[in-house]
Amino acid sequence: MTYYDWLGVLSIVMLVMFIGIGWWAYNPKNKTRFDDAANSILDQDPVDTPNGDKH
Amino acid sequence: MSHAVAHPAYDYRTIRHFAIMAVVWGIVGMAVGVLIAAQLVWPELLASEWTHFGRLRPLHTNAVIFAFGGCALFATSYYVVQRTCHTTLAFPNLARFTFWGWNLVIILAAITLPLGMTTTHEYAELEWPIDILIAVVWISYAIVFFGTIAKRNTSHIYVANWFFGAFILVIAVLHIVNSVQYPVSFTKSYYVWSGAMDAMIQWWYAHNAVGFFLTAGFLGMMYYFVPKQAGRPVYSYRLSIVHFWALIATYMWAGAHHLHYSALPDWAQSVGMVMSIVLLAPSWGGMINGVMTLSGAWHKLRTDPILRFLVVSLSFYGMSTFEGPMMSIKTVNALSHNTDWTIGHVHSGALGWVAMVAIGSLYHLIPKVLGIVQMHSIRLINLHFWLATIGTVLYIAAMWVNGIMQGLMWRAVNPDGTLTYSFVDSLEASYPGYVVRVIGGGFFLLGMIIMLYNVYMTVNDAKDQDAVRDTSEPEPAAA
Repeated sequence: MTYYDWLGVLSIVMLVMFIGIGWWAYNPKNKTRFDDAANSILDQDPVDTPNGDKH
Repeated sequence: MSHAVAHPAYDYRTIRHFAIMAVVWGIVGMAVGVLIAAQLVWPELLASEWTHFGRLRPLHTNAVIFAFGGCALFATSYYVVQRTCHTTLAFPNLARFTFWGWNLVIILAAITLPLGMTTTHEYAELEWPIDILIAVVWISYAIVFFGTIAKRNTSHIYVANWFFGAFILVIAVLHIVNSVQYPVSFTKSYYVWSGAMDAMIQWWYAHNAVGFFLTAGFLGMMYYFVPKQAGRPVYSYRLSIVHFWALIATYMWAGAHHLHYSALPDWAQSVGMVMSIVLLAPSWGGMINGVMTLSGAWHKLRTDPILRFLVVSLSFYGMSTFEGPMMSIKTVNALSHNTDWTIGHVHSGALGWVAMVAIGSLYHLIPKVLGIVQMHSIRLINLHFWLATIGTVLYIAAMWVNGIMQGLMWRAVNPDGTLTYSFVDSLEASYPGYVVRVIGGGFFLLGMIIMLYNVYMTVNDAKDQDAVRDTSEPEPAAA
């Protein structure tokens, strides 16, 4: 295999990885997990008290 | 005093200093910008050896990108990484070092650039000793940031940190590769690369400085501060994952569009063009994700100028990331290249997106790191918002008109094949646009000065609040 063949293989690997990421992100099984992550900065972050955090 | 809230005592000292210096350097960088814009209207203005346009222009770009943008990125990334990982900064002393080191870099830039010490690479003009200092500060920054992520108390790494992390890693790679130079003296060096290779590496660097310093880093701000300020979770967390990977995979290849019709091989120019057009998809995906976060909370825009800053920044982001791919098309580029259209495009991104999302984030962050409820004056934030918006629109509209007019004048030919207009004809025709640009830039600068006043008064408010707290009755031990 020449260098250019390997570049072609690399392109396919990148494409498969990208499709894999999309599939993982939109897999219904992971929905709750990502919804929790989105809410995490609003729920679990306890800091918005006016007197807190002066350090 | 004691606090009832069970959370780690976040390390805000370095963030406070970076946030305030972001505003200060923003004023300095934008003031130099208004000055050089004025020099294009009145060419005799401050036309000394050290202060002519050629010396001050890199000072302007370095100051607004790396001093203003850089300090804002340091402040927000240190803030977001602590609060989303529920832990304090790793290596707080190293974080202090990044503050002093980065500000030393800025001061050295402000001294050496007017003296004419330059590598000549755009956005990488600083000479080799300063490049080494930047590399040391940047690697320290990476250690603090990733060290904080490593000691997090959450299972998930929130998406904003992915964008900040990509920005930190890629800038390290870009800076180190594009700074490979032979020093010939303490203040002069030459690049090891030459010719088309040098040009391609330079624009790989410079366009990814746009893509990662001015985009990925500020998208990190967007993914934290827009949901926080709107009080709603991001529209689609799943879209944010696809957005992240698509954006970082695509940006890396777009730099060649700066070298259309140059000595760069034609296929490389075409790759740059195609990847730039593809880039529209992740850019708009991210923009839509940010804007849609407000669905159900649009009414907040009526009363909250901070949210207005953040949302309008996303509108400008959408505009400039549509304009960019369009300008990367070779036939469009044949008209736009070397004209003021490019300058207008850059400022649509830099003023409209980068500066406004940073300003909105800083208005959210500054009271928090000072331990008070809100900024001293919301009305002044509103005034700042309108000055910034009107200033940006004046600036970019003037440059669009100028740029398209210049492109058309330069390519116009008479029936016998001679040029219809001389370069000076196009310069004279551009004059009104240059005047409008000074006015627009002046509006934007005035807004920043109002912001500095507001920040100063907010710091005073925080001091007053501390004084009241210290003289009041000791609080009962909080449960």
